[in-house]
Amino acid sequence: MLKEIISRLKQGHRTIDFPSAGIKLSPRFMGLPEIKCDACGGNCAKCADICPTGAIEITAGKPVLDMGRCVFCGKCAALCPGVFKFGADYKLAASKRGDLLLTGEVVKRAETLDASMKKIFGRSLRLRVVSAGGCGACEADCNVLQTLVFDLGRFGVQFVASPRHADGILVTGTVTQNMKLALRKTYDAVPAPKIVVAAGACAISGGIYAGHPETAGIPEDIPVNLYIPGCPPHPLTILDGLLRLLGRIE
Amino acid sequence: MTAPLSLNHLEAAGFKSLTTLTPDEFYTSAPERLTAGGRAVSYFGLPEEGGTRLILILAFDYERRLEALSTVLNDSFRSLTPDFPQLHLFEREIAEQCDLKAEGHPWLKPVRYQLKSGLPVPPGITEFFKVRGRETHEVAVGPVHAGVIEPGHFRFQCHGELVFHLEIALGYQHRGIESRLIGGPGKLTSHYMETLAGDTTIGHASAYCRAVEALCCARVPPRAEVLRAIMLELERMANHTGDLGALAGDVAYLPTASFCGRLRGDILNMSALICGNRFGRNMVIPGGTAFDLSPALIKELKLRLDAAFRDVRDAADLLWSTSSVMARFEGTGIVSKGTAMALGLVGPAARASGVRHDVRHNFPVGIYNSKAVLSEGAPESGDVYARAYTRWLEIKRSYELVSGLLYSLPAGPIFAVPGPMKAESFVVSLEEGWRGEICHTAVTDNAGKFRHYKIKDPSFNNWQGLAMALRDGQISDFPLCNKSFNLSYCGHDL
Repeated sequence: MLKEIISRLKQGHRTIDFPSAGIKLSPRFMGLPEIKCDACGGNCAKCADICPTGAIEITAGKPVLDMGRCVFCGKCAALCPGVFKFGADYKLAASKRGDLLLTGEVVKRAETLDASMKKIFGRSLRLRVVSAGGCGACEADCNVLQTLVFDLGRFGVQFVASPRHADGILVTGTVTQNMKLALRKTYDAVPAPKIVVAAGACAISGGIYAGHPETAGIPEDIPVNLYIPGCPPHPLTILDGLLRLLGRIE
Repeated sequence: MTAPLSLNHLEAAGFKSLTTLTPDEFYTSAPERLTAGGRAVSYFGLPEEGGTRLILILAFDYERRLEALSTVLNDSFRSLTPDFPQLHLFEREIAEQCDLKAEGHPWLKPVRYQLKSGLPVPPGITEFFKVRGRETHEVAVGPVHAGVIEPGHFRFQCHGELVFHLEIALGYQHRGIESRLIGGPGKLTSHYMETLAGDTTIGHASAYCRAVEALCCARVPPRAEVLRAIMLELERMANHTGDLGALAGDVAYLPTASFCGRLRGDILNMSALICGNRFGRNMVIPGGTAFDLSPALIKELKLRLDAAFRDVRDAADLLWSTSSVMARFEGTGIVSKGTAMALGLVGPAARASGVRHDVRHNFPVGIYNSKAVLSEGAPESGDVYARAYTRWLEIKRSYELVSGLLYSLPAGPIFAVPGPMKAESFVVSLEEGWRGEICHTAVTDNAGKFRHYKIKDPSFNNWQGLAMALRDGQISDFPLCNKSFNLSYCGHDL
């Protein structure tokens, strides 16, 4: 027991304050895209062409970036640094799919659940993670929230083993044909009312696998309450999204 | 009789130099070369006019060379699995991908997908090997697991707590990457490579880039070689550290579980410091690397590296000095050296059973030409302890390598434009990812684009090793055994 105590002293207290202004990410971190529409001539559309996932479209002569498709590779910013820039802001989650479409510098962050849902889940949320066809990175960044650094439990949020114990599901991955049935069964097994979180570009839009016949996507009759963009989303992005949904951050 | 083609690692060979053996010559030559010490690193089929061309790539680890054998056939091929179990999954994959019958294969099951009347059937819906008897029972787990992990289905045949047999059905993560690579490289190619297995971004991206560079006859600038090695070793350190923590968690030893959970993140954050992404996305590109290190960044990395390593050592030492942990690690989930060799296991799982192969040692590229990587005095008992301790030794070695490399970065550029790829050529690219040997085989068409691209993740070799580790063990030891391998579902399913 003594050696564990000594180790505990050596390892120190590592839980971060959240939310906190003191959080420092890598200066090279690619966060919220900032688009300077005015700087764009609107004719060349090279950005739309270079984007690997078709996340950029030119609408009415101005670029629109879909964060739900974006894999944050930065190719657009390298091509056209005057228009595209990936900032340091990790707060990317949104409540509506349409809110992920960026047309300028206006950002719509995730909104709190409605009053009745907030009353039920606001102080305690149990989620069943369904990993449904991706690369495992989103899962890794969900898992990391359970470490002592982020200590998800202190916010009343927990990932649970059974859908029967859950208040909702958090879907990662593009939902392959092979996972369609398992996702449906898991969703059905969660008692209502329930919430659905789509974490990562794959879950939101199919990501880099969009259009593959081997993939199906989250079925339309499973309504999504929270979209967390990223490939994969940073753990802080996931945490921020969940807490905004619960009305813990506004 | 025509001899198999001898080739070097990362040597772009003309596709025509690949002698076509008659099927009979192939069935004589392949067993002969396998018996002579060849280890299958890849075995696949590609469609060709007049049938399917089978290509078997063998590694002769101690001679540091490869051999390629090839034949063209129709409808069916003869399974060599009964004599060479290491081919079992390769042959199942060929049967599935090329629609060929594998004659004589003892357990011809789907690998990733199956169709019934043209519609996909989930992988777990199939016949499983069954043990019968009044006192036996079956346990089915997955595809959705208790933890936050990828999907797979596990079917245990048990007698009480005792596991007679474990069968693993995968394919849930199948998203059809390989077929999308044909005609490339395209806009998505590097993204596919980086997400074959998200925790092995650097490993797979490096294997891909080296394949392209070999086909382009491009030389990677020395500074980029060192940067790649730093990233690869950081990836290894982060994953091994996370797994030591997970192993501690599975035997309810919370101090190390907690410490390592944090430390894995600290190491990932070092990768993020270099390229902006915790998993090393966008770092390794054909021709070099996308990000460089400034002297200030090197200093910062070294500080963080030393601090992280000091704490990992402390957390790991707790494991080896705690008897309740060692009692659960030792003797659990044993894979003998014979089994490991027969199944062609790779990476730390194989080394923990005494099979001392390592791509960095046997087929060194870049900085590994002058660095020793295999640890002396590593355990070879093939149990959870050996796999855990091997991971620790590899963390230590990776730390030493990164420490040295940070201060020996050669000056110069980090990128050189690679140029066009040679037409009608092929190349075999091996990389020691943190789970073990990654193999990418690229074949180009007459326009210098990918005609075929075959990926083998180390998990493809090792899943059967996990199944064998469970034999005659306790079903309650499954999570522990599973974590000691920590195999990739997405890397297998592609």
